[in-house]
Amino acid sequence: MGVGIKVENLNAWYGTNHALLDINLHIPAQEATALIGPSGCGKSTFVRCLNRMHETNPIAKVNGKVQIGDIDIYSEATPVEVRRRIGMVFQRPNPFPTMSIYDNVASGLRLNGFGNRRILDEVVERSLRSAALWDEVNADLKKKSGARLSGGQQQRLCIARALAVDPEVLLMDEPASALDPVSTAKIEDLIFQLKSQYTIVIVTHNMQQAARVAERTGFFLNGKLVEFDSTHKIFTNPGDKRTEDYITGRFG
Amino acid sequence: MVLCALSIFAIVALICTELVVRSQLTIAKFGIKFFFGSAWDPVNGNFGALPFVYGTLASSLISLVIAVPLAVGVAIFITEMCPKMLRGILAFLTELLAAIPSIVYGVWAVFVLVPILREHVNPILIKLFGWTGLFTEPNFGIGMFAAGVILAIMILPIISSLTREVMSAVPHSQREAVLALGATRWEMIRMGVLRNARIGIVGSIILGLGRALGETMAVTMVIGNSPQILKNLLAPGYSMASVIANEFSEASDDTYRSALIEIGLALFLVTIVVNALARVLVWAVTRGAPARST
Amino acid sequence: MATQYKTSAWNRLSRTAADHLASGLAVLSTILVITPLVVIFGYLVYKGASSLNLAFFTNVPKPVGETGGGMANAIIGSAVLLGIGSAIGVPIGIAAGIFLAEFGQGGKLANIVRFTADVLNGVPSIVMGIAVYSLIVLPQKHFSAFAGGVALGIMMIPTITRTTEEMLLMVPHSIREAALGLGVPNWRSVLSVSLRTASPGVITGCMLAFARVAGETAPLLFTAFGNQFWSANIGQPIAALPLQIYVYANSPYDEWHRLAWAGALVLISLIVISVSLVRYVTSRGVLKGAN
Repeated sequence: MGVGIKVENLNAWYGTNHALLDINLHIPAQEATALIGPSGCGKSTFVRCLNRMHETNPIAKVNGKVQIGDIDIYSEATPVEVRRRIGMVFQRPNPFPTMSIYDNVASGLRLNGFGNRRILDEVVERSLRSAALWDEVNADLKKKSGARLSGGQQQRLCIARALAVDPEVLLMDEPASALDPVSTAKIEDLIFQLKSQYTIVIVTHNMQQAARVAERTGFFLNGKLVEFDSTHKIFTNPGDKRTEDYITGRFG
Repeated sequence: MVLCALSIFAIVALICTELVVRSQLTIAKFGIKFFFGSAWDPVNGNFGALPFVYGTLASSLISLVIAVPLAVGVAIFITEMCPKMLRGILAFLTELLAAIPSIVYGVWAVFVLVPILREHVNPILIKLFGWTGLFTEPNFGIGMFAAGVILAIMILPIISSLTREVMSAVPHSQREAVLALGATRWEMIRMGVLRNARIGIVGSIILGLGRALGETMAVTMVIGNSPQILKNLLAPGYSMASVIANEFSEASDDTYRSALIEIGLALFLVTIVVNALARVLVWAVTRGAPARST
Repeated sequence: MATQYKTSAWNRLSRTAADHLASGLAVLSTILVITPLVVIFGYLVYKGASSLNLAFFTNVPKPVGETGGGMANAIIGSAVLLGIGSAIGVPIGIAAGIFLAEFGQGGKLANIVRFTADVLNGVPSIVMGIAVYSLIVLPQKHFSAFAGGVALGIMMIPTITRTTEEMLLMVPHSIREAALGLGVPNWRSVLSVSLRTASPGVITGCMLAFARVAGETAPLLFTAFGNQFWSANIGQPIAALPLQIYVYANSPYDEWHRLAWAGALVLISLIVISVSLVRYVTSRGVLKGAN
């Protein structure tokens, strides 16, 4: 099940642009943690450092320690292993258009060598149920392409796909920002249900969303982590003036 | 303006009509059996085009077998693995390969490729694969296999450029989705890029086939010009384009000429269909104006 | 951290191995592809450069057995053929390109024209040769430079049409609007403003087409036919560089082979220069006048 994340002195660059400066934080296990901040503040970059996706960019550089569970993901594991155990859901839903719904969800398992039909059937159903999508799609799992669902359904499909490999951490980079309000509400409900089983880190520019789903919230500004505390405290009595300015809408 | 645009239409129509009209003699005389007869005997007025059809298809097929894996491999390397610096140079070199005239390929093939094949490559093929019957003595160097090899070199750039283009058209988000599941780079390429681009890649292969079918000069110089249908790929053969190139000016009577023009007509129709099919497939993936073929 | 579905060591190993294998094969393919190019160029220079002397460029072919022959007539002949071809192909191609870009976006007629241009592009060059033979050589009862030029010109049309359309489409709307705003009726604005802006690109397209047909042999086999002597007469058979190379390469004489290599080197140099020029022009920004 979910594990905690410990980040020490994390720095990241895009070429010469110093995108993250000395980030230190501890994300508790089996909780939802929200990361908020204005555009370009580094919250997405931070999250991409947690599953080593940041380094897929040819001009990207990373420095520091990220410990997920009891493993330092930069010095004690390969990127492939890290990403296997950390799921990611992106801002725009990206299901595989050439695969059926079933194959989409099963793709992660198949990559890792699990071909047994019974296991796959079981996991696909369980993942789709966890993503609150099972009832809507179970009729034509294998016939319908992953891309032929609505936006909200596609995103839930992506969540199911990420859950199928039983990750310890689920990273969500503005998962509902491309969706309509109804789908957004469904996704938020989902996060609520999932967080007891997984450790969820959700990047959002929607403060109400953070307040609704997360126990803890971190505020990023210009590549620095300004404040990290319980959601309640951040939104009612922030410790830093910059946080307060952002919350009350003075900028961003 | 409109007139000029319509003139293109007129030109194609003219070409088509000419080909049809001038081949009437043999169309009327032999009908469809023209393409199934294997006896090419101009002296006695007996024309069967099967050896040439076989030659065109066989040499094209050989060229595809050799060129496709290499072209896709190069495309993968340039698009997904190459350091940015090299990319421009490699793309330029591929473009250069595509622009080399057929006759230059032909000269090089006759004087350099064929001896290399004869002395070094074919003996190995005979030793390893002689049991299949595809590679046996006699080994002159010149023959169907040599034609296939030079064709492969010629169609490689087209397949590669087009494959590169359809691969680049795959959105980055697909690559990220696969990587985030914990895939290796090759798995990302396989599942995230090639899978999504496969229709376009098939289209580029078909376009390469279209080029190979109509290729004349280089093939004529190395295929051996012998209208026979043999299992041995090292034996001389003949292609549709080659027989026209070699024998057209010597066609002494109308029937002979008509036969050759009918072969030209067949070549014309087949390449239209193949190219149209290719364009549709590539367009389906890149969703825009069909890509340049060079 | 054990998860319910722990991947086996075999799975991890085989996937890493597959990844390395794929990378290796991709690199190998690239090497295998670049090698013929390098080798071909190398041979051309090696075999052809020594024969590129003044005699090559100024002499006509000498009879078998004599040395010092050249391909002067073939070079001039090619120039004549390309001149005729351009005179036919460039105007039609550019006009058709203008039509497609300015008046044909999305129209059914335009799509048919585009498809037809593609069909024309795909016609094997040998078929083009025999078609022009039927159309021009047969009625005239003799081979001619004119017929050869027509064949080459027709082959230039699709490339020029396509690039002209593309280049014109790249001209920003703001430029057209500016011209219209000045009270210029539409067709005039198209011609003067858009064309002028796109002209570097259009010229590039013509160069591309020119270079492509300069090396064509097959369409000339039964139209221009070739000529061992000086001739610039449009109504008579004429020599051409690719044709001459073909004849010489097919012959059994070493001296002629030597000349064939030299001719091939000249041809490929022309191609390399054009391709590089085209790349240079397009990379520097075709629409320099667009601001």
